[in-house]
Amino acid sequence: VSTQSTWGQLPRTQTFNMSEEKISSVGKDSVDSKEREKQLSKALPPNLEQTIDNVVLKLRRRELRGSGACAIQTADLLRTVIAKGRFTSVQDLLDTIKIVGKRLSEVNPIELSIGNIVRRVLYIVRHESAAVVKEQKGGKPKNKQQDNVDLSLSLHKLLDQTSSEEHLNLSPETIVKLKQPITEEISMLMDEIKGVYEHIAEHAIEHVYAKETILTFGVSKTVVAFFKEAAKFRKFEVIVAESAPSYEGHRMALLLSQEMGIETTVISDAAIFSIMPSVNKVIIGTHGVMANGGLISHTGAHNIAVAAKHHSVPVVVVSGLHKLCPLYAFDQDTFNEQNAPSQILNFDEDWVESVQVENPAYDYIPPELVTLFITNFGGHNPSYIYRLLTEY
Amino acid sequence: DYKTPPQKVMSRDLQQRIKPLVRFLIDCRPQSNISMGNAIRFLKHKIANLPPNTPEDKAKESLINDISSFIQERIEFADEVIASHGVCKINNGDIILTYAISHVVEMIFKKAKDEGKDFRVIVVDARPKLEGRELLRRLVDYGIKASYVLINALSYVIKTVSKVFIGAFACLANGTVISRIGSAVVCMMAHSANVPVLVCCETYKFHDRVQLDSICFNELGDPDDLIRTDTIDDKNHHADCLSDWRDISKLKLLNLVYDVIPTEFVSMVITEVGMIPPTSVPVIIREYHKDDNAAEE
Repeated sequence: VSTQSTWGQLPRTQTFNMSEEKISSVGKDSVDSKEREKQLSKALPPNLEQTIDNVVLKLRRRELRGSGACAIQTADLLRTVIAKGRFTSVQDLLDTIKIVGKRLSEVNPIELSIGNIVRRVLYIVRHESAAVVKEQKGGKPKNKQQDNVDLSLSLHKLLDQTSSEEHLNLSPETIVKLKQPITEEISMLMDEIKGVYEHIAEHAIEHVYAKETILTFGVSKTVVAFFKEAAKFRKFEVIVAESAPSYEGHRMALLLSQEMGIETTVISDAAIFSIMPSVNKVIIGTHGVMANGGLISHTGAHNIAVAAKHHSVPVVVVSGLHKLCPLYAFDQDTFNEQNAPSQILNFDEDWVESVQVENPAYDYIPPELVTLFITNFGGHNPSYIYRLLTEY
Repeated sequence: DYKTPPQKVMSRDLQQRIKPLVRFLIDCRPQSNISMGNAIRFLKHKIANLPPNTPEDKAKESLINDISSFIQERIEFADEVIASHGVCKINNGDIILTYAISHVVEMIFKKAKDEGKDFRVIVVDARPKLEGRELLRRLVDYGIKASYVLINALSYVIKTVSKVFIGAFACLANGTVISRIGSAVVCMMAHSANVPVLVCCETYKFHDRVQLDSICFNELGDPDDLIRTDTIDDKNHHADCLSDWRDISKLKLLNLVYDVIPTEFVSMVITEVGMIPPTSVPVIIREYHKDDNAAEE
């Protein structure tokens, strides 16, 4: 995939989204942020700016967290921007979307789903406008073959600046007409994200047998839906590793035992190696999925994956496709943020001052440790994940 | 303050008297009394081997001497020797990882600091005991540069670590090491990052038993220890969501105390008789038994 060649040279502190867009925007010089803002304010009415600022504020304060919630908010915001903005050309529309997306992801670079949704929306825009161009030129309604040609056109655009960009030269009136199908597609995208839990849960019954012991970690809505569905048909036992320092495992255990009546045992993170021989499967959720099939997951999951590998226990990851990014991580530091050290060591005593405390929020799990991905489009091997990206 | 009743042989009678005391001790710690078992076995052996004709005072004196020498040789002196062996393994510029607390490992660090070596320690800790904090405090008080992480951040720090030092509760005859829960996770990650693991263990902790995993034979700690988290909710109270876990029939809390570390994760065991691979533990056990048998004759 061509996207990976550029961002490898980016310093760590920069945002990693928009890597694909960075290639195409180099020639167009929309790098200066002042210029960006000017361009943005040309296109958007002022109350729309206010809406964007509200979302940015929520992200900055970490009120808006979690891949699903961020994805839906981003899609909603972009839909509003497209519907209410004034655009002179398709390129203008694309640039505006990129600028808004950049603002959102700069605030919270670790929310990878924001960039993913922006990429999907850009794909939708290009797709729809290419379809309109074909209609105008040939007078024929779009059909399957022409769609494939358009796809290869948009890939070409990445590699070769001088390829034909006729679909960008549409008149403003056509663009207004374009808004409707685009917003419809975005609504479908949002429905897809919301429906992720049901689609994944449909696969639950294939993967959970009776009298199995399943190990899970932290709390994840997808995993909860998965277990809920499986519990309707099978009787099994779940061991939950409390995930210090957030202790999300406690909430998960309460959910499973109280509301779903599944036999649950809570163990400390330290006991995962001891308990692993009696576990049949590990089922975890994740924060983000990398293009090579690696995971950005909550801290502590790497320990579980390595222990499972040692005991030959399969590791199943359930996640919606909106978490899939065309990015690669190569060590624990590439996509990570540090949380407050006071979660681990309080500032009660003086001697604490000379101690260095590390509290990373996420772990990178290499793809060799994952056995299976279950997404809303079915089950996949980690080595197949990159193929799902080429559709967008 | 033991007096032999008349007409009875001292050694037999003493053994009988000791039996209920020993049983009490075993009841206190039923499952994993390995080192205690070794000490008791040593004492019984010594009592049984008392020549029957020695006068009582002499016999008592010799027994007490034996006990003191056991404590000195195999516990305190052993720690000193292990510390000096361990210090040879610490080089300048090392970053050393340790888990929870072990006073032998602490002695190694203090000795290395005394010898002026330049190194840093990362203390890994885990719930529910959080014993590493105590070690951290002692190290900082002694002036050793230290960092502190919880076990979930292990994969984040392990790449920078040069060695791992761990204390042990017991070393078993098949080469496995029993240690505090969580040490297996630490050794596993060290192994996958190609970092050597050095276990520091005195010989009185060696045992003839074999064990494959932690589940068949372990101690259970208080499940309520798992409830207490340090999260504080809006009203500034401790929000422990599992406090009513006993009311929920489907919910159980499991608090294991010990962990079994497989042989392949341990690079070396440092004992007072030298540095040995973990598979040589039965050899040492046999040597000691031979010594005991020879002393009898």
